[in-house]
Amino acid sequence: MTARLEPARLLPVDIVRLAAYGLRARPLRVVLSALGIAIGIAAMISVVGISTSSRAQLNQLLSELGTNLLSASPGTSMFGEAATMPPESVAMIGRIPEVEAVSAIGQLADAKVYRNDRIPASQSGGMAVFAASLDLLDTVSGEIATGSWLNAATASYPAVVLGSRAAARLGIGHNLIGQPIWLGGRWFTVVGILEPVSLVPSLDLCALIGWSAGERYLDFEGDITTLYVRAAPDAVEAVRALLPRTANPEQPNEVDVSRPSDALAAEAAADMAFTGLLLGLGAVALLVGGIGVANTMVISVLERRAEIGLRRSQGATRGHIRVQFFGEALLLALLGGGAGILIGWLVTVAYARLQGWPVDIPLWVAAGGMGATLLIGGIAGLYPAIRAARLAPTEALSAA
Amino acid sequence: MSAIVSLRGVTRAFPGGVSALRNVSLEIGRGELVAIVGPSGSGKSTMLNIIGTLDRASAGTVEIDGMDVAQLRDSDLSALRARHIGFVFQHFHLSPGVSTLDNVADGLLYTGVRLAERRRRAEAALLQVGLGHRLDHRPHQLSGGEKQRTAIARALARQPMLLLADEPTGALDSISGEGVVQLLLGLHSQGTAVVVITHDRDLAARFDRQASMRDGELVDDHRRVP
Repeated sequence: MTARLEPARLLPVDIVRLAAYGLRARPLRVVLSALGIAIGIAAMISVVGISTSSRAQLNQLLSELGTNLLSASPGTSMFGEAATMPPESVAMIGRIPEVEAVSAIGQLADAKVYRNDRIPASQSGGMAVFAASLDLLDTVSGEIATGSWLNAATASYPAVVLGSRAAARLGIGHNLIGQPIWLGGRWFTVVGILEPVSLVPSLDLCALIGWSAGERYLDFEGDITTLYVRAAPDAVEAVRALLPRTANPEQPNEVDVSRPSDALAAEAAADMAFTGLLLGLGAVALLVGGIGVANTMVISVLERRAEIGLRRSQGATRGHIRVQFFGEALLLALLGGGAGILIGWLVTVAYARLQGWPVDIPLWVAAGGMGATLLIGGIAGLYPAIRAARLAPTEALSAA
Repeated sequence: MSAIVSLRGVTRAFPGGVSALRNVSLEIGRGELVAIVGPSGSGKSTMLNIIGTLDRASAGTVEIDGMDVAQLRDSDLSALRARHIGFVFQHFHLSPGVSTLDNVADGLLYTGVRLAERRRRAEAALLQVGLGHRLDHRPHQLSGGEKQRTAIARALARQPMLLLADEPTGALDSISGEGVVQLLLGLHSQGTAVVVITHDRDLAARFDRQASMRDGELVDDHRRVP
């Protein structure tokens, strides 16, 4: 008997049309509840985008600076005294085949730097004075900001190159190249200022003079404080193992070897942990947005009982009503999610530009954001849709 | 002539012991023109819901076009409504912000016909009710009578065997109401069975057949002698 009845049918394209119609009829409410989702998604996208961009910048920096720099310092002796490395260690390390460059600095522990000879001795500003070999700058990938680096001539005279922070602390600007400063009890002339040295930040807060100038004017004995070694990129670990015994054959256990790029890599990793936390916050915002969508849909079902009744009288099945409201919730969430991805992308681009970073938003974030949106919209739409479908047609019509 | 609607001993009881319909039997033939008349609370709206398969009887048999409603699933009833039954309500139920043409075309939404074809049939239905010049108007731009004629066109677009109208003139002034009545009377001549629910005895008197209800029972059922 029922075979005579051609079932009621709703075309898929009409489901989309119905969803769009339902949203168009209440634009303000749609914008507000989509905004909730948009904020959640935008927060997640920009958090991930900004942190990946920052990491991309760190990685770019690492590849520019190289990860093959090793530093070796004498550490402390078994008795807890500051140990030293013999001056010959530079030459000895230079004979390791995989070593591309080696350079050294030696601290002049008794020398302090002042702007002039009238500054009280206690106001040394925490700045150290090092004797540096001439190839130091190349070895640590440092750059001169202004003036010039030490050369064979200035290295034997009272000339000094300042780290970037040391220059700022002494009040030496670009236009003060050639000015004298009071260093270790005599006048030295500032010949250059360094850019910040990313791989060896400790160089930023020091004054560098020539090796022979130290020996000639400040009784420097030539003991090495830190060795900087560039190894062949594929032999970094091998060189690392050889360094202590080569630098100080008598007391290899006293030598501390480190890889300065590890600090930058650790910064990138720490960034990731922080991202996890912020991502959690974004997820909370998204959840709240989802609740907003559910709320909107529940109210919409209540308000549109007459419409539901009319549709049922026109032949809509419970399934048709369900899919209509479910589709509407999905579309609402999609609008919010789309706007969120756009906003998140804009925020990331703006922030990265401001910081001078490369923009890097991984595709999985956008895809994940869209997926999360659909999931939230689906969950939020499920209950209102089921409720709308359960409404008896007579009850729905009598609500008008 | 086989009956399009056949009620036998139909009772509709609601939780709490209230019976809106009590042991009602009524047959409506194809193409027949019937007014179900009675004061408010007489059970005539429940009657419309039962005939229109929007509600099920608690007891008794309801057959629409020879099919026993009790044997049909909910989705079958939806199919029945989508294909064979048209509704007209007192308060029109037009979608605001949607053109007259699309309001009518939406009446065909659940028949699975494509939009272009729905619009084509909607235009034909609107021409039939004399609204060919109002296709692109929004509901708020129409008079009450035009709104109700739009709602009738929406029901007609499906070419139903049975048209159910609940107080179709209740919200209209007498002139607009007259236009709607003429339209409903005219449909009858094209073979559609028309059932009008009303409390207005003057309106009911213009139909071929009057079924009077009181307190959930059918108290009178007579045909006008031609």
